[in-house]
Amino acid sequence: MDKKKIILLALLVLCVAALAMLPLVIEKDSTLNLIILVLLYMTLASSWNILGGYTGQTNLGHAAFFGIGSLTARLLWINGMPFFLSFLAGGLVAALLALLIGTPAFKLRGVYFAIGTLALAQILNLTVSNLFPEMSYNPALADYELVPRYYLFLGLAVLTIGCASLLVNSRWGLGMMAVREGEDAAESLGISALRHKLLALGISAFFAGLVGGAFAYYHVSYYLNMPFSPEWTFDPMMMAYIGGQGTIVGPVIGSVFFVLLKQLLVWNVGEYHLIIFGTLFILIVLFLPGGLIEGWKKIQNLVHHRKTSSGTGGFSKKFGSWLHWPQPKKG
Amino acid sequence: MIQSLGQNLVFGLLVGALYGLVALGLSLIFGVTKFLNVAHGELVMFGGYACFWAFTKLGVDPFLSIPISMLLLFVLGALLYWLVFSRTVKLPEESKIKNTLLVAFGLSVILQNIALRAFTADERGITTSYASTAFTVLGVRFPIMRLASLVVAVVFLVLLTLFLHKTYTGKAIRATAQNWEAASLMGIDIHKVYLLAFALGAALAGVAGILVTVNYSIQPAMGLGWTMKALIVMVLGGLGNIPGALLGGLILGVTESATSFFISSNYREVAGLVLFLLVLIFRPQGLFGAKES
Repeated sequence: MDKKKIILLALLVLCVAALAMLPLVIEKDSTLNLIILVLLYMTLASSWNILGGYTGQTNLGHAAFFGIGSLTARLLWINGMPFFLSFLAGGLVAALLALLIGTPAFKLRGVYFAIGTLALAQILNLTVSNLFPEMSYNPALADYELVPRYYLFLGLAVLTIGCASLLVNSRWGLGMMAVREGEDAAESLGISALRHKLLALGISAFFAGLVGGAFAYYHVSYYLNMPFSPEWTFDPMMMAYIGGQGTIVGPVIGSVFFVLLKQLLVWNVGEYHLIIFGTLFILIVLFLPGGLIEGWKKIQNLVHHRKTSSGTGGFSKKFGSWLHWPQPKKG
Repeated sequence: MIQSLGQNLVFGLLVGALYGLVALGLSLIFGVTKFLNVAHGELVMFGGYACFWAFTKLGVDPFLSIPISMLLLFVLGALLYWLVFSRTVKLPEESKIKNTLLVAFGLSVILQNIALRAFTADERGITTSYASTAFTVLGVRFPIMRLASLVVAVVFLVLLTLFLHKTYTGKAIRATAQNWEAASLMGIDIHKVYLLAFALGAALAGVAGILVTVNYSIQPAMGLGWTMKALIVMVLGGLGNIPGALLGGLILGVTESATSFFISSNYREVAGLVLFLLVLIFRPQGLFGAKES
């Protein structure tokens, strides 16, 4: 491990530690709620990114896994199972669903996979709203405390991002990226595309299911089909793209940016954030497929060239390689 | 029993014609340009609002507002093509479909929120003086509004087919759909053809929007549901197959009404989506399409 990585790791630990201390310092629930929202989106976008960004399979049905995780966890928990077990069950059921639908779904390639998963998520959404039309109430409302929920979301975000970065730097992760860059080429080198896609889908769904369980724990009352709603797919997908899909930091940046933008615009002009976010998303897909992180790197390179031509090392020479995560596919 | 089954079948067919018309524009756009415009439902919505405001503010009959809505949507489509979709023309086919799908998702978010700001979230519909008229033949009711949808859908299908087969421009569009490289070598301006096809597809969404407004209701969040319907119909009829769109619409309509009849109307849409997945997996060329070589 070289020096830069150690500095990076230390900074990360510091960041997480600061977030972990936050409830001790801050009294206001609204701030914690805001950070919970960021952490939720961060986890969801990072889990989408494992399949969508690294394996190149645009999954438009991510809400199905988020939803099934929250449904499982909520029903088990409300009916008396300890929360932590229900929470784990939510993740496992989501992963199971993913493996179940994976083989037929991956018969569809490229864009057909995308619209196929969208249809699948809509089927679940409609069926759940038919089966459970009533609002789900939390009977233990009196015991509601925000801080444990905050820690659950924080732990989950750290776990998801940590696992994702371990995964993509492993042999399996390299295989997934090879599948993204060219399925036939990867197959010809002995990489089973189906197996890699299934693994990516399973892990992606597992974390989406877990965060669904956290959602079920967080909300006092909600309609059980609410987490199945397609915006739980589209928003995280846009976040991953805007930050930089196929990178670890991309979804993190995207989700922070999304929530900040939402807050800022709600305070000022009403609900314009989705119009602006949608526009930014289109611009990024068309002109900057690596997202904001690629834009930042381009600026860094410019600065770097200036600095090296004038003889000094410069910021980007020292820290530039932090941003050298595997590159997303162009175009 | 037989009578209500017949009634259901008739209703399914009439609704199916409307579905076919909703998919017609999407199918034209996909067939010619290979853009997967999932913001199609939002275009349908804007067509619906054009008709709604023409009716409530100016008192224009919904069927007479067809040209207004078409013109507005034609311009909107041309604008969207010029601003956004034209940037993807040069990409290889697979990444073109994927990128236009993503871009169109962004657009649908934008258009939906613009509609929300401009028209509020209220559900709107139109009831004309003749809306409740119906004919009864052999005990089966034929509501006039649904019949009108069928007529409009067939008329536009025929007009589009004539345009594509009989006019020089139409032939240029078909040539481009078959092979844009060869077409461009023959001196066809690909950008113009794409622009025209996209704007025409949007105009057809405008017509569909009117029929949706008179038969159902409109609201800013309706887009995704109608996009899904159009996608289902397009896949059933074969991607980019123009007459297939109407046929696919009829199949979807009958499937839905059969589900309402035999199972429950709650699962109407689910049945359509399941059919969609089955066709995607087992017959990706569509129910009637020949296998591509």
